Parts: sequence; structure tokens; C-alpha cells
Amino acid sequence: MIHFLVHDKKDSVGVAVVEGIKAGQELTGWLMEDDSTVTVKAANDIPIGHKVTIKPLKNGETVWKYGFDIGKAIADIKVGEHLHVHNVKTKRW
Amino acid sequence: MAVINSKTTFWGYRRENGRVGVRNKVIILPLDDLSNSACEAVAHNIKGTTYINHPYGRLQFGADLELHFRTLIGAGCNPNVAAVVVIGIEEEWTNRIVKEIAKTGKPVSGFGIELHGDHDTILRASRVAKEYVQWASELRRVECPISDLWVSTKCGESDTTSGCGSNPTVGNAFDKLDPLGVTLCFGETTEITGGENIVADRCATPEVRAAFMKMFDRYQEVIERHKTSDLSDSQPTKGNIAGGLTTIEEKALGNIQKIGHKCKVVGVLDKAEVPTKPGLWFMDSSSAAAEMVTLCAASGYAVHFFPTGQGNVIGNPIIPVIKLCANPRTVRTMGEHVDYDCTGLLQRQKNLDQTGDELLEIMLRVCNGRLTCAEALGHNEFVMTRLYESA
Repeated sequence: MIHFLVHDKKDSVGVAVVEGIKAGQELTGWLMEDDSTVTVKAANDIPIGHKVTIKPLKNGETVWKYGFDIGKAIADIKVGEHLHVHNVKTKRW
Repeated sequence: MAVINSKTTFWGYRRENGRVGVRNKVIILPLDDLSNSACEAVAHNIKGTTYINHPYGRLQFGADLELHFRTLIGAGCNPNVAAVVVIGIEEEWTNRIVKEIAKTGKPVSGFGIELHGDHDTILRASRVAKEYVQWASELRRVECPISDLWVSTKCGESDTTSGCGSNPTVGNAFDKLDPLGVTLCFGETTEITGGENIVADRCATPEVRAAFMKMFDRYQEVIERHKTSDLSDSQPTKGNIAGGLTTIEEKALGNIQKIGHKCKVVGVLDKAEVPTKPGLWFMDSSSAAAEMVTLCAASGYAVHFFPTGQGNVIGNPIIPVIKLCANPRTVRTMGEHVDYDCTGLLQRQKNLDQTGDELLEIMLRVCNGRLTCAEALGHNEFVMTRLYESA
């Protein structure tokens, strides 16, 4: 069972591909770049299509997805936490 | 062993100018809105012809008028088209289109309605269309090298599954087509916002990079003029955020997955402009599905990849549109629109190399004559891009 996908080895996040992920659940992720497996424990409920943090991020640190910069953390974010507009912003505006 | 290599061939129609099409259409093309009815009547009279419908062509001027002509001429010149009947309200502009299409060497005739009326125009045009369609019906497919193929892409009704599944599948296919000398195209200037530097870094030369950034900056000026320069409240959209997209960069990166990881951008095209060599081209274009696919048809592309998430139903009268989807709910509820189901990718039942290969297999079948879902369902969206209001 794959719970989330990770595009690139450099990425800080995976994308939930199943519905109903609950806090405390052990999640299996697929790192597509090298076809390997990543596991994390969900710290929050993660809706399908939303992101789960797979590498710890400090406030101000760059968030990577697809191997590219998609914005910066605006709080410290732990592995397994839901990563979205409440803790990440674009650097553009 | 890859599905395609330099020895791969497909069965296409080699036209008088050397270009290869994958369809064999006789189109009835209106110069303007007023000529739609006559074109429709001719297509009704003569079975096997394709009637194109559009609402423009009167009182346009300047660059907007030039784009109008370029789009119609390009549609007629497309190698999927065997022959063309053009009908316009008057002969002068009608003949301008005829003369340009005639340069390809394919049969083309034009008819003006003024001084004739609809009845006489429909009669004259139908006689010619009948000759064309019978002539075209005897043309045969010939075996052509894969390097004769032109392939475009644009995604629509995207969601998070597009960035994870269907868009990277197209990217994988593009990375395999590019080294074989295939002519490729992507665009959507508006939806690259946030990922423009990545596209710029993929440009083959500093000149191409500068030309790309010029097109991108032009679009930014349009935003500035309409006083929405800070898009933070609308990009990503509220729907995108609900679906899990956090920043404009993340949205753009999902879109850019369509150009894979290896192929370089060899040049940029203005709307409906024809590329001059193989490789991946960026076309400055709308992100509206039917507009972009119509521009690709006008640029001469023969087949189109259309990844979708939530489910878009688009087709085009000139080029077959191959739709692929990685969202299991869309495949379940709208399966009749999906040519290639790549949902297995999201459950690790398949990897990108496999889905890319499977998409290429479908592409070859479509090129060899298999009808796409959109063709079977009769989707013929031909939508012309306008630059500004008429005079």
C-alpha cells in the first residue's frame, strides 16, 4: 500500500495518494526518482492530494518538491507533519 | 528495450511538401463568422468532409488580424489535412488564405459569397469538395520514420494527480521522443508563472533563453496593466489550495513535468507560428485548452498529448487529442474520455518508464489510425485566440 509519493530525492515532502490518512498512522511512500521506499509516521491527518513532511524543516528554510524550490517554511516543521499554506509561503510575494 | 528507437516507424500520409500527417481530412474552412452556415451546408452535402466553425474574422486589425490569418492558414496547411475548401463573405481575404495554403502543394479552392449568395456558393463549393474527398479517399498511408512526427502537449482540469502521474508520463515520453528528432511543443505562458526560471534554465542557448524570458515578461506586463500584479490571492486558486497545492511555484512545477528532465527548449514560437527544426519548442500561448490545442494544430503539429486530472473532454477537428489521466475517480466516472489510464503509477504498480512507454504505444496506434476517445465522441473544438477587441 502506497500512502504518498515523493518525486525527487531532494524533496522535503510527499503527496498523499490515498484518502483518510490519520495522525499516528505509519505511512509508506514511494520515491519515484530511484524507485525506493520512504516511511514516516503521520503527525496530523493528511487529506488526499496534500503534502506530508519527510525531512525536518527550520523556520525560513527552503521547501523542495520535484527537486525544486517551492517556497519557504514560516515555522519549524517536523517529519510527518501536514505541510501547507499554514506553515509554508512562496518566496515570490 | 525501449518501445521506440531511431528505427521506429509509423504509417502516415506524406503530403506534397514532405510533411507527414496522421489523418486524411478534407476541411471546409470559413474565413469569417458569416461563412459558417455555407461551410456547414457543404459538409452536410459531401460526406467525409470536416466542417470547421469559428466566430471571428470581421473588423479585426493589426496583430490580431495577422493571428487570425495565421491560425486559419496554419490549420489548412496542417499535414493531417489532405485538401481544403475555403469560404468567405468576400473573395479578397478568402484568396489570401487560399494562396498561402496552396504553397504546400495540396489542393485548395476558395469561394466568396458576395454577388453569389449562399445557394450558389454552396453548390460551387460542394462540387469541388466532392472531387477533393474522392481524391483524398485514394491516398494511402506510407511507412515513415518517427522523426517525421510532430507532437504537442497541454494539460487541463489539472489536480495533484496531474503533477504526480499524467504530466510526468508525458515528460517521460517527450524525453524519449526528443533524441529521435521528433518536433515537440509545449506552452501555457500563464501557467508557467512560478516555474519560469526552470524553463529558462532548460533553454538550449542564451538567445533562446532571452527570447523565452521576453515572452514571459510580456505576459507579466499584461498582468500589470490589468492591476493584478500580486496574484497571491488567486494563484494558487482556492480550489487548488483545497486540493493540496500550496504555492504558485508548486502549481507551475506540476505543469512543467510535461517537458520531462532531459529535452532542451530549442526555440520559441509566437502563437500559431511554425517551428523550423526538430526538438522541443515553447509556444507563447493561452492556458485555455481548446485555444492552445487549436494553436498547436495551426503550427503544424500532428498529434497531441493532453494530461488531465479532474477530467477535460476536449477534442480538435485537425489533430487527434490523446487524453491520459492518473486520477482513479476521473477514470471511473469519465472513462469514455480517457485514452490512457495511468492510475497504476500512483500505486507503484507501474513506474514512469513503463507509463511513458505505454503512452508512446498508444500514440503510435493513434498515429497509425486508431481513433481517439475525442474523435469517436465527435469533439471538434476549434477556438481561435484573440489579442484585443475588433475595430
